[in-house]
Amino acid sequence: MAALMPRMEPAMTAVRRGLEALVPALRRFARALSRDAETADDLVQDTMVRALRAEHLFQGGDLRTWLFTILLNLDRNRRRGLARRPTFAVVEDVDPPGEPTSDGTGRDIERGLALLPQEQREVLLLVALEGMSYREAAEVQGVPIGTVMSRLSRARAALRAHIEGDVSPLRSVR
Amino acid sequence: MTDAPVTEEELHAYVDGALPADRIAAVESYLASNPAEAARVAEWRAQISAIRARFGPVADEPVPERLQLDKILLRASGLRRKVAVAAAIALMLGAAGGWFARDFFNGESDREIARALADAAIEAHRLYINEVRHPIEVRADEAHLLPWLSRRVGSPVRAPDLADEGLKLLGGRLLPGPTALIMYEGGNGDRVTITCARTKREGQTAFKWRRMDDVGALAWFESGLAFVVAGPAERERLDRIARRVYSAYEAPDRR
Repeated sequence: MAALMPRMEPAMTAVRRGLEALVPALRRFARALSRDAETADDLVQDTMVRALRAEHLFQGGDLRTWLFTILLNLDRNRRRGLARRPTFAVVEDVDPPGEPTSDGTGRDIERGLALLPQEQREVLLLVALEGMSYREAAEVQGVPIGTVMSRLSRARAALRAHIEGDVSPLRSVR
Repeated sequence: MTDAPVTEEELHAYVDGALPADRIAAVESYLASNPAEAARVAEWRAQISAIRARFGPVADEPVPERLQLDKILLRASGLRRKVAVAAAIALMLGAAGGWFARDFFNGESDREIARALADAAIEAHRLYINEVRHPIEVRADEAHLLPWLSRRVGSPVRAPDLADEGLKLLGGRLLPGPTALIMYEGGNGDRVTITCARTKREGQTAFKWRRMDDVGALAWFESGLAFVVAGPAERERLDRIARRVYSAYEAPDRR
């Protein structure tokens, strides 16, 4: 009993401070991954709850990769749940109101991402959006670096093919 | 080394800022003499810019209230609840301090004790059935599950076969008390727990039914042991399960 008591303290631990600082990045990644603001924030909320429950299991190391790993696992579980429902087919029509898609480029990249296989979308977002190193992305996805490289390469090729086939204004974004 | 042919990996590393400094010149001269490759690399850069332009601003939005740390801490108060549950169970079962528990039990009726015990077990049930990663400490397929719990509880702990109820043994964990918590899972993900601990109390009681929202529990005392079966609040089914548990402990090899 006595051994359990210290955990009751609502202390601002290093993990909690780190978690709080990473919430904006988790939201950004979740939004890009799920393309729906509400779903994305649900995902972040579940990630935070899970992380705090497992706080005592975090043995140092990189907090960001740990949190992103939790988020990806939750997202995969969520998708498995959705995949059993027959209605989950239309992904291109998601166009949340109030999002900056009016210039066409935002919607275009969204559509391109939506067409990628899940693991390719994940790795591209980890590297391109979150600026993770290949090693960190490999850790988050739980695969060797070589797999990260080949997924990234295929993701970029597929996105390029999609966008060229679509006569997109993406190039102008530069 | 710096003259080695440029690889596909290096092109990606170049775009992602992960290329070793001593290869940058080689990659850049390769791109200068290969317009098609240069176009490909430019397109990758454009993809990165588009992704960042589209989703980058999300990180600048104010964090919604429900994602603020203090709100989440309330939701994740599993830790605090865990302590509360542990305290309640230890109190009920008296293993933490025999004299205190005896006094406590003396002042209460069977019904009140069973109710408090059931409440504590329902809390424990709720807490651990919602755990995705660590609902149990020791899995059912580990041979030491029951010997370990029995040793800690100080009395043989059993896990009756509940396949007839569509339940498969997941495993167990030890709660303060010491109390054994055995968890079963049904095909549709519903979970049923059996909580069992030694108590100073002699004699036996009838099954006491307790319900909190969607979780129901049956609690009883039998020969110095306290039992609670908790699960989805379907009285008849839990009744059948409780009887199974009761019979399992009645087996002749019972100490």
